[in-house]
Amino acid sequence: MQSTARLDAIFAALADPTRRAILARLASGQASVNELAQPFDMSQPAVSKHLKVLERAGLISGGRDRQRRPRKLEPRPLAEATKWLERYRRRWEGNYRRLDALLEELKSKERQ
Amino acid sequence: MSTLTVTTPSDREIAMSRTFDAPRQLVWDAHTKPELVKKWLVGPPGWSMPVCKIDLRVGGSYRYEWRNDKDGSTMAMGGVYREIKAPERIVSTEKFDDPWYEGEAVDTLVLTERGGKTTLTTTVLYASQATRDAVLKSGMTSGVEQSYDRLGDLLTSPRR
Repeated sequence: MQSTARLDAIFAALADPTRRAILARLASGQASVNELAQPFDMSQPAVSKHLKVLERAGLISGGRDRQRRPRKLEPRPLAEATKWLERYRRRWEGNYRRLDALLEELKSKERQ
Repeated sequence: MSTLTVTTPSDREIAMSRTFDAPRQLVWDAHTKPELVKKWLVGPPGWSMPVCKIDLRVGGSYRYEWRNDKDGSTMAMGGVYREIKAPERIVSTEKFDDPWYEGEAVDTLVLTERGGKTTLTTTVLYASQATRDAVLKSGMTSGVEQSYDRLGDLLTSPRR
């Protein structure tokens, strides 16, 4: 997949709270569809649908064990998406640091 | 120092959150009084904000203009206030003069105070997911982005 198309898929996958919760669960270790369905009170097909989206984005992969087909987290694409958020964050951080300084100035003026 | 967090709460939004060591009224003033906004919302080094007009009422408009003092290039944006609840919430539209993303975006600023500290959350809702993603990915090759990166490096060195 081309890198922009892949990022689109990653951000789309991450936009859903259930899928983020599934990723958080997989961050603590592999799990089968059954195990993933339990805490969400969802049917297996519904969970499978979410897993398919995550798999297409490359965020998770199926494990080797064919019987259980446990899913596991793929850390690299997630790190790639985080990198974009980090760039965006840095763009704003400069402004907000200046705001910190301005607020200090305003606070000391108020105290006078 | 507080950290700025960036999240994507839905497929059309970008949200930022940060806590400031100041009462809410001061953070509100810093966002709504032009003479104060000009002091911090200036962008990368070498840029200034010569124009900041704010007509703080529902239906009123605002306009921000930035200038690169070295080469004279300018950048400007503005919009209309849709909702104002002092000192805690502002909903406004935003559009750049030289649009680098499609359509108009809607900004929601929320300030909450706790124990003398104020948490700011600003959420920008874009016209489409493609636009939101383009904004997230923007600047990768632009000089502006590089300047910001340099600023980031400069500022991460220990303060004072």
